[in-house]
Amino acid sequence: MVDRADTCAKKDGRKAMWNRELETLDRSSLEKLQMKKLEKTLESALRTRYYSRVFSDHGIDVARFRSIKDIAALPFTAKDDLRLSYPDGMCAVPRAEVVRMHASSGTTGKSTVIFYTMKDINDWAELVARCMVASGATREDVFQNMMGYGLFTGGLGLHYGAERLGCMVIPSAAGNTLRQIQLMKDFGTTIIHITPSYALHLGDEVSAQGVDPRELAVRKAYLGAEPYSEATRDKIENQWGLDAYNSYGLSEMNGPGVAFECIEKRGMHVWEDYYYIEIIDPVSGRPLPDGDEGELVITHLNREAMPVIRYRTRDLTAVIPGPCPCGRSHRRIERIKGRTDDMLIIGGVNVFPSQIETVLMKVPEVGNNYQIVLDRRENLDRIHIKVELYSKMFRGDLKELDNLKSRLARELQALIVVTPRIELLEPGSLEPSTGKAVRVIDSRKI
Amino acid sequence: MPLQVSVFAENKPGKIKRITGVLAEKGINIRAVTISESGDYGIVKLLLDQPEAGCEALQKAGIAATLKEIIAVLMKDTPGGLHEVAAALSESGINVEDAYGFIVKSSESAVFVFQVGNPRMAEKMLAGRGFSMLGDKELYLL
Repeated sequence: MVDRADTCAKKDGRKAMWNRELETLDRSSLEKLQMKKLEKTLESALRTRYYSRVFSDHGIDVARFRSIKDIAALPFTAKDDLRLSYPDGMCAVPRAEVVRMHASSGTTGKSTVIFYTMKDINDWAELVARCMVASGATREDVFQNMMGYGLFTGGLGLHYGAERLGCMVIPSAAGNTLRQIQLMKDFGTTIIHITPSYALHLGDEVSAQGVDPRELAVRKAYLGAEPYSEATRDKIENQWGLDAYNSYGLSEMNGPGVAFECIEKRGMHVWEDYYYIEIIDPVSGRPLPDGDEGELVITHLNREAMPVIRYRTRDLTAVIPGPCPCGRSHRRIERIKGRTDDMLIIGGVNVFPSQIETVLMKVPEVGNNYQIVLDRRENLDRIHIKVELYSKMFRGDLKELDNLKSRLARELQALIVVTPRIELLEPGSLEPSTGKAVRVIDSRKI
Repeated sequence: MPLQVSVFAENKPGKIKRITGVLAEKGINIRAVTISESGDYGIVKLLLDQPEAGCEALQKAGIAATLKEIIAVLMKDTPGGLHEVAAALSESGINVEDAYGFIVKSSESAVFVFQVGNPRMAEKMLAGRGFSMLGDKELYLL
């Protein structure tokens, strides 16, 4: 394989880039490129059942758009819109053109599905390769991908990008700590892709085996899928003797590779030739200037199979004003500060309390009140679900109760991956659902 | 057939007191009590002099309570007394799900109280083998 990352670094001291031309494009050319891509995106959006209806309802005349800023005339797209378009109301190409789908869990059972053509998969790999090179990765690296593979985009997204760059990829996926450690030792892993909480846990496990994590070859960690603090990054970096980089992505925008830190580690560059970003006031929906914290809204400018326009990510962040010393012209966003909704991230998996509620309320033996308690032990997320027994369904049998408990744990585990601890409570033990009952107690320190 | 009240209770201090409080207030007498626990919670089984009224009072107080049919077989208060009953049940392939026993001082006999999957069949079998069972009134007023 040809080493595609430019090798200017060696010649003139500049850092390598995967696609120097596009990554350093001047702002005005970048905006023109965005406009060109928006036109194409809108054309393809009109081929979807969803956007053709929305545009006609709003009287949108795409032909009158003159600049990328005109995008503000378009309505926002919400996660619910994707859910309501299930399974393929937002697909813009014939089924034969689609080569892959991913899905993330919806708030009330139905998933949000994302489609990709071969070109989309290739483009995604290109963006991830950009991210990796921005963090200083080269084809010499051994990349151990400890994120979930499957419908979740975290695993496959980085996998394809790392292969594109030419790394040796170890698709170890999430979990199985002992095997992860063995693979790191035996194959000299230099980069890990991991959730921050699991990075801390894994470091502890390596130490427990009498090995200092710093003695392993791991030099970079890509941290994503869950929020964490700068203090946690410091802790991981010190524990492992590596550089940790923030990664941002969401399945609606492909998955990982939307924004990534360069070696400056001062915010995540958003690949603006692929994504048009806006920061809005989450309440009024009005745009906010660079530097102000608000909700991130993203338009995918480059996807054939599934255009998504002005998508409300529900993630809170701010655009960092001013250029980055690395020379990339693409603006940076700050680490994600929080959410505008009640989504929980448990061990890297996105979960809405309403999903847990849906599972609980389908079980007749369970009363109306429940409580979700999250904490972290040995750096792993634990979830504890307290449910009331419904008096009328009580049969006086201990075995039945034990079965109920394991049935609940099993059904919830299928949804949230982490096995919850179920606690059956007497009726009336919890605050009633009317009013502002505290349903979630999150005592994790991030 | 006699009835027993089964009550769901969390395995925490004060949970039995809540149950007994309701019964005391209604003037309902407890003839026997057993508790089986499974970690965080357990089931309190109460033999009451007025099982229906007791169960209703508990339910009204918001407690998960239910009535279960039981068999109360009389046995001799001598060595081998329970063995005779157990042997009969075993020969008939009847599995005892939950049980306790107590002695009745006045009559030098003892009572074995238990739950089974099919109480009517068990009752018929025991009667067929000459055991006498206590009816609800007899049992509650022991």
